[in-house]
Amino acid sequence: MGGWAIAVHGGAGVDPNLPKERQEEAKRLLTRCLDIGISALRSNLPAIDVVELVVRELETDPLFNSGRGSALTEKGTVEMEASIMDGPKRRCGAVSGLTTVKNPVSLARLVMDKTPHSYLAFAGAEEFARKQGVELVDNQYFITEDNVGMLKLAKEANSILFDYRIPTLSTCGGGAALESPIQMNGLPISVYAPETVGCVVVDKEGRCAAATSTGGLMNKMTGRIGDSPLIGSGTYACELVGVSCTGEGEAIIRSTLAREVAAVMEYKGLNLHEAVDYVIKYRLDEGKAGLIAVSKNGEVACGFNTTGMFRGCATEDGFMEVGVW
Amino acid sequence: MGWAIAIHGGAGDIPLSLPPEKRLPREAGLRRCLEVGIAALKARNHPLDVVELVVRELENHPNFNAGKGSVLTTSGTVEMEASIMDGKTMKCGAVSGVSTVVNAISLARLVMEKTPHIYLAFDGAEAFAREQGLETVEMSHFITPENIERLKQAQEADRVQIDYTQPIQKETPKDAAVADGDSQIGTVGCVAVDNEGNLATATSTGGLVNKMVGRIGDTPVIGAGTYANHLCAVSATGRGEAIIRGTVARDVAAVMEFKGISLKEAAAYVIDRVPPGTAGLITVSSTGEITMPFNTTGMFRACATEDGYSEIAIWDSPSK
Repeated sequence: MGGWAIAVHGGAGVDPNLPKERQEEAKRLLTRCLDIGISALRSNLPAIDVVELVVRELETDPLFNSGRGSALTEKGTVEMEASIMDGPKRRCGAVSGLTTVKNPVSLARLVMDKTPHSYLAFAGAEEFARKQGVELVDNQYFITEDNVGMLKLAKEANSILFDYRIPTLSTCGGGAALESPIQMNGLPISVYAPETVGCVVVDKEGRCAAATSTGGLMNKMTGRIGDSPLIGSGTYACELVGVSCTGEGEAIIRSTLAREVAAVMEYKGLNLHEAVDYVIKYRLDEGKAGLIAVSKNGEVACGFNTTGMFRGCATEDGFMEVGVW
Repeated sequence: MGWAIAIHGGAGDIPLSLPPEKRLPREAGLRRCLEVGIAALKARNHPLDVVELVVRELENHPNFNAGKGSVLTTSGTVEMEASIMDGKTMKCGAVSGVSTVVNAISLARLVMEKTPHIYLAFDGAEAFAREQGLETVEMSHFITPENIERLKQAQEADRVQIDYTQPIQKETPKDAAVADGDSQIGTVGCVAVDNEGNLATATSTGGLVNKMVGRIGDTPVIGAGTYANHLCAVSATGRGEAIIRGTVARDVAAVMEFKGISLKEAAAYVIDRVPPGTAGLITVSSTGEITMPFNTTGMFRACATEDGYSEIAIWDSPSK
C-alpha cells in the first residue's frame, strides 16, 4: 500500500475506425507524458506540481483537444478551459473562455494560488493572465488544419441531425463522409473529437491532485462552458482521491461525476476500483464518459462506458500501461 | 405530503442591529416572493416554473444581490450569474457574466431548454439572450446607490489588505469595511416541490462585492450552489469559493442517499463541514420537508408548506 501513482487521459470516446498511426501517435504521447510525470514524482515533486506539469505537456502537443489542437467553436475560434484541484485542503482553480493563454492549466493554477477566487473566465481571465505575465499567443496558434476540417464536417453533420438529445446507437442520416454509426453529443464519433486531457496523481506523501484541460465541444456555441472547468464535474480532489473526467460534458455535469467517485468512497465506504465501477455503471444515465482516478493509498483506476479512452497509468511498484480500447 | 417551497435572499454577516430601513424592505420582499410562489404552487404550476417565477421576482427586487441590486465588480460593473435544475430529469441550465439581461434566471432556463448545452457565459450568453428576444437593458439599470457605496468601502478596505500579486489565504479577512454592517455576501434562490414529488431549484446572484472582473462563483456551478435530483432540491448562498470546494448542493443529496439520513440531518452535516461564516442553504425533499441551515450570522429566508405553515426569518435558530 502507498507509494505514488499517476494516470493521464486524452479523452473518452474513440472512433473505432481511427487509423492505426493515430492510435500509435496517441500512445506515444501518453507514454511521454507518463514518463514526465514519473520523473517528477521520483524527484519528490508534490502531486499538485506534477499534474500541472503533465497537463502542460498535453496542452502543448497538438494531438489532443486542449491548448494547441483544441476543438473549434461554431465561429472557428478557440475557447479553452481548465481546472486544477489540490486534495489536501481542496484548494482549486479554474478558467474558461481563454483565447490567447498558451497553457490554460497554469492559469488555473495561478487563479488558485494568486487570487481570492476559484474561477475566472473570458476577458477577466485574459486580463489576469496579462497581469501575471504568462505566455500569450495569437488565437491562430491553437488552431490546427485537422480541426478546421473537423469543424466543417461537424457543421455538415448538424445540418442532417435534428437535435443533440443524448444519442442512442443509431445510424446517422445520409452523410456519406461519416462512416461510424457511434454518436456522442449528437455528433458522429469521427468528428466529435472529445479528447479532453487530464492527469491525476498521488505522491509519496499520499497527497492527491487532479487537473483537466480542454478546447471543449467541436462546433460549440461561443461562450459554452463544459464540465472541464467545473469543480465536482470534470475535476475533483480531496484527501481520499483525485479524479479527472472526459466525455459528454453535459452528462458529466448532470452526474457531477468527479465528485461522485469521492462521495461513494467517503459515504459508502467503497474502495477506489469499486467507486469507479459503480459511478460509471450507475451514475451516467445515458451519457457517455470516462474518468481516471488515484487514491491516497497509491491505487490507480480508470473507467469508461465509451468505445475506448486514450489513457495511461503507472504506479511506484513498476506497473505501467497505456491503452486505447 | 403536499407542496413545499423555500426561498432565500442571501446568507452572511447580517448584524442583529440591522436598522429597520434595511430590514423591513427585505422582509416585505421575502413575503411577497413567497406569496408569488405559493400562489403558483396552488395553481398547480410545475416546480420548475415556480422557482423561475420566484427568482425573477427576487432579481427584480433592488434590495437583494441579484438582478437589480447586484453587487459590483472591482470595475464598478455588474456581472450576474444564475442556474436552474429540474430534479426529475436532471436537466439544468446556467449563465455567467450577464450584464444586460433583466432576468438571468430566465436566460439560464433558455440555455437548458433551447440549446444542446448547459452553461453559457459572457459574450456568448449575451448574444444568445438577444437571439431569444429576452428583455435587455443598459447595465446601469441594475446598479443601486447602496452597491456603489458597498464597492467604495470594500475598495477602501482593500488598500489595507494584501494585494492580488502575492499569495493570500483562501479565507480573506472579514470585510470590516461596511459601516452599516449590511450583508456583503448574498444571492437569491428558491426550491420547490409539488405534491407529486417533482423538485426544482433556481439560484441567481451578482456575486461578490469588488470581485475581479470575470470571477465566477458557486451559483452557476451545478453541484456547488445549485442541485436537484429525485431526493431533494438545494440552493446555497455564501462565500462562493467555499461552496465550490465543498460541493455543497450536491453533497446534501449525496449524504441523504449514501448515509441514509434525513434531509435535515444531511443539510446540517454539510453546513457543518464548510468554514464558519461562509454558507447557508435552503432545501426541500421529495416528501415535502424543508430545512434552511446556515453557519453565518443570518440568512434572509422564508418558507411555506401546503398544510398552512409559513415562516419568514433572518436570524434565529441556525438549523431549521
